[in-house]
Amino acid sequence: MPSKMIAGEDVELTDDGFFVHPEQWKEDMVPDLAKEEGIDTLTDQHWQVIHFMRKEYLEKGEGPTVRVLGKTSGVSVKELYQLFPKGPAKVAAKIAGIPKPIGCI
Amino acid sequence: MAHQIVVLGGGTGGTLTANRLRRAYGQNEANIVVVDQNDRHIYQPGLLFVPFGLAHPEDIVRPRSRQLLPGIELHVSPVDKVDVVSDSVHLADGTVLAYDALVVATGAVLQPHETEGLTGEGWMERMFTFYTPEGSAALEGALAHFDRGHLVVNFIDLPIKCPVAPLEFCFLADWYFHERKIRDQVKISFVTPLDGAFTKPVSSRALASLLAEKDIELITEFNTGQVDGASGKLVSYDGREVPFDLGVIVPLHGGAPWVSNSPGLGDELGFVITDEHTLQSKASPNIFVIGDAAGVPTSKAGSVTHFEGEVVTENVQRFLAGEPIDGSFDGHSNCFIETGFSKALLIDFNYGTEPLEGHYPTDVGLPLLKESRLNHLGKLMFQWFYWHVLLPGREVPGIKSSMPTSGKKKPVAASSQPVP
Ligand SMILES: Cc1cc2nc3c(=O)[nH]c(=O)nc-3n(C[C@H](O)[C@H](O)[C@H](O)COP(=O)(O)OP(=O)(O)OC[C@H]3O[C@@H](n4cnc5c(N)ncnc54)[C@H](O)[C@@H]3O)c2cc1C
Repeated sequence: MPSKMIAGEDVELTDDGFFVHPEQWKEDMVPDLAKEEGIDTLTDQHWQVIHFMRKEYLEKGEGPTVRVLGKTSGVSVKELYQLFPKGPAKVAAKIAGIPKPIGCI
Repeated sequence: MAHQIVVLGGGTGGTLTANRLRRAYGQNEANIVVVDQNDRHIYQPGLLFVPFGLAHPEDIVRPRSRQLLPGIELHVSPVDKVDVVSDSVHLADGTVLAYDALVVATGAVLQPHETEGLTGEGWMERMFTFYTPEGSAALEGALAHFDRGHLVVNFIDLPIKCPVAPLEFCFLADWYFHERKIRDQVKISFVTPLDGAFTKPVSSRALASLLAEKDIELITEFNTGQVDGASGKLVSYDGREVPFDLGVIVPLHGGAPWVSNSPGLGDELGFVITDEHTLQSKASPNIFVIGDAAGVPTSKAGSVTHFEGEVVTENVQRFLAGEPIDGSFDGHSNCFIETGFSKALLIDFNYGTEPLEGHYPTDVGLPLLKESRLNHLGKLMFQWFYWHVLLPGREVPGIKSSMPTSGKKKPVAASSQPVP
């Protein structure tokens, strides 16, 4: 597993860039993580989604899918794609330091 | 006093549970009522075959009442809501049914209106779904008149019933156009929101190579945000477009509307929040959930519903007898995947084990993840099995509800180190 320095700390990531240990995540890593995903300016809405992802993961053990995010985060699916053009659920999960959201089979 | 058992939904799960419970209890030990909004039981796996003329809509529908054992009452009315505090079901016709134990089996509903443009111009003209009897019958006509062009098959997002069905549709379309000797005039594309042909690595690889072999284009990570029936294209949320002449689209799914009308019972999508091992609702210990209605992390499939039946029936009895609940459901699922030319693949998996190669149920059984004629016969046999064994709730010798492991090949983990 590759590991990486983020905001001065050593973090273990999966091959596709998700946190192996979500507990290694800290809020001050967010700007660096977002830059990696091509997001230079974090708006309040970005933060709203990132905090929501984190909270859902801690409560339910997995991150929400795009569709559930659109229904529950207070940000519509369309806006979610404007915030995270490369795919809201995946990109926001990476930035929020939680595992890749998997819808079921 | 006799137990009051109410079963919501008289489809696959409701029927088999009611029948199993009817056998378990004498007439004066329990009253069993099944509620459904209509009296037409559809063999849903048959819907896949209708567009290709391989099944007829009237052959896959039977009266619900005839699938229920004597001594089970069928009450025809939509469910309006369940009140978990007073243990009662409110029906749209005004009836209120009190229960000691409730079984929820109202399945999943299609939500085409949730996708922009899907039910607009071109719906049922150049874009169809084969997930309803009307849709699959209309698609039969459209396919018969389709001589050249681009056929696009897309499901908007998981969860959907029988998640392999859109792939099967592609394989059968390939066969169908071959038979009509116009395969070279038709481009077929499979457009999926997933990052591969299927959800789990081993089966995803096997199915991707099958698509390639049959010259079916695979477009991944496509989240359809809009369907434009006027100009014939799918538009993804990230702005990509896939043009089509004929679109076959599986709409979003959600739980039955009464669930969201019953506080505390459902999740964001209207599926009932359910313990994945006991199949008990998390809202109340006297509510059990079976089939597509359950928010558990396995496929929405008839086979899963069948395997769940054993645990649900057992747990209703244990609950009513005041005994501890059984937590043995393992998410077992299997699906035949029709691949055209009288062949099919079989996959078998559960919560913890992805679909693997090998044989089912043992070493000498049906080949897993491999095309074979035997699997195709298995798929055809399933219809007989459905009406005569699965719905009556009979035990099948040699088939257990938990997933067998003896015939399976263990996958070679990509990251595992060679043994020195
Ligand atoms: C095209 C297609 C192909 C499929 N192929 C396969 C396959 O090859 N193999 C396989 O294993 N599975 C397959 N399936 C899936 C399988 O049919 C379902 O998973 C299975 O029928 C689920 O059973 P259920 O009891 O949960 O729901 P259903 O059988 O759908 O029953 C739900 C019942 O609830 C009733 N209901 C809903 N809402 C209300 C309400 N508000 N009030 C009253 N009644 C209500 C409905 O009328 C319905 O009768 C396929 C499905 C489709 C659509």
